Amino acid sequence: MNIDIQTIRKLAHLARLEFDETKEQEMLQDLNKILDWMDKLRELDTSAVEPLTHMSEEVNVLREDVAFNAISHEEGLRNAPKKDSDYFRVPKVLD
Amino acid sequence: MDKEILDKYQPIIGLEVHAQLLTNSKAFTADTTEYGSLPNTNISAITLGHPGTLPRLNKQAVDFAIKMGLATNCEITRTNIFARKNYFYPDLPKGYQITQDKTPICQKGFVAIQLADGQEKNIHITRIHMEEDAGKSMHLAGETETLVDFNRAGVPLIEIVSEPDIHNSDEAYAYLVEIKKLVRYLDICDGNMEEGSLRCDANVSVMLKGADKFGTKVEVKNMNSFRNVQRAIDHEIERQIAMLEAGETIESETRGFDANTGLTSGQRSKESMNDYRYFPEPDLTPLVISDEWLDRIHRQMPSLPHELYAKFTKEFGLPEYDANVLTDTKEIAEYFDQVCQHTTNYKAASNWVMGPVKSYLNELALHVSEFPLQPAQIAEIISLVDSNKINHTAATRNIFPHLVKNPATMALAAAEELNLIQESDDNALVGFIDQVLQNNPKKVAEYKAGKTALVGMFMGEIMKLTKGKADPKTTNKLLQEKLKAL
Repeated sequence: MNIDIQTIRKLAHLARLEFDETKEQEMLQDLNKILDWMDKLRELDTSAVEPLTHMSEEVNVLREDVAFNAISHEEGLRNAPKKDSDYFRVPKVLD
Repeated sequence: MDKEILDKYQPIIGLEVHAQLLTNSKAFTADTTEYGSLPNTNISAITLGHPGTLPRLNKQAVDFAIKMGLATNCEITRTNIFARKNYFYPDLPKGYQITQDKTPICQKGFVAIQLADGQEKNIHITRIHMEEDAGKSMHLAGETETLVDFNRAGVPLIEIVSEPDIHNSDEAYAYLVEIKKLVRYLDICDGNMEEGSLRCDANVSVMLKGADKFGTKVEVKNMNSFRNVQRAIDHEIERQIAMLEAGETIESETRGFDANTGLTSGQRSKESMNDYRYFPEPDLTPLVISDEWLDRIHRQMPSLPHELYAKFTKEFGLPEYDANVLTDTKEIAEYFDQVCQHTTNYKAASNWVMGPVKSYLNELALHVSEFPLQPAQIAEIISLVDSNKINHTAATRNIFPHLVKNPATMALAAAEELNLIQESDDNALVGFIDQVLQNNPKKVAEYKAGKTALVGMFMGEIMKLTKGKADPKTTNKLLQEKLKAL
């Protein structure tokens, strides 16, 4: 499978990444290499194999429903680039 | 729009309902889920999406999701993998929402709804999956920036997705009523649409009747009440039919409903929509529901509205209307059910609960749990009326108000104290009747001359004389006999 420069641009937009033209070409080649490798893997019949979603065998790592606020309002807002006394402030977004 | 034109088309509707779960803490962290806290106080490093933090699943949220699945006749998925739904929006700190994609915890269920003609219809449930809520963005007028509050970010939700089995807005309404009843009976969500703890999006399409392919569907959002869901669907059906009639093509898009105008307007077309790039969430272990776990939830299931409805109509012989009113909330239904453990006059119990009990609660805006009288006390009043010790009017006007003020009193003691034990002793009553007739010779003469309506006036006088304690049935019978014999 091969992808084109348009796909690279779409993926970059979805991931909010910006590439200049040289980087774009690099990405294109890298991604195509990865996809070629995927194609190679696909030659193997995996129809009877469960997908490996997790590396660990562990299941059901759960919490009891006990509530407490781990950090204060001030601590939460401390690293925000923009804030006021109540809210995080971000550039205006509308749906 | 012309009914004839509307009738040519078949609307097809599917609903997606988000229900905020009533857990104490969030889905993947311990922050409290309390509604109405000061902005950005129910937060943690996990909620804010700080690097290096790891989510951990709230067991209670899973219990709640399974309960909803059992209540809607779903199959419960035994091995669950969480997924990341990726998109950028300021109210989503991690840049992805943790949800379930390939393995929704509940699948293939149904909810029975009641149609206007009394018929039942099953609305099938495609899936119910667990996910987390986003924060809240505020775009205030005059502000050049958007304000974000993360208190709600990470609050557990279930999304209940129906099959496109719904054919008009009345069915959509009935379905939502049923979903709300279920989540409230299960005590897993408060069901408040105005406050956003229950949210509904509608997928609406229309096709010519008899067509074998659905029309292009449009997703309608932004409805904050059951009534507005109904209005939005009605409007959307008409809009689409008008377009098709004019030879236009319907585009797949998301439209927002405006409650002020009753109209929907385009928000974004599906083509330019996000590509969510779902993939398994590596930070959460798989969730495996064992037989034991499922059995435990089965044992915790309360009686559900349709079960109580069946009991009230079939076992107690109540009219459908009564059963509907009584099963509207779990608390009223349970209270009524308890009254019926102390009396077999089920209809009287129903009248008492639907009437005086509910009015009292409404007037004082109280919850059933705050109602001062025990179910047995209501049953005792019923038995006093049934045995003719007090009449119904005295019971509702005097005994009931007295008892709610003095809940430790027995109904019989109250009746005695208020001097309401009625005279049903024939001899005593005859004495009162004679007295009234003797005091009103003129009226008696008029009666004999044919003015039979005066019976009512005589009854009134007797009631006055006995201070309302005369048993009306016996008195009336004795009075009629007396008058005939004159």
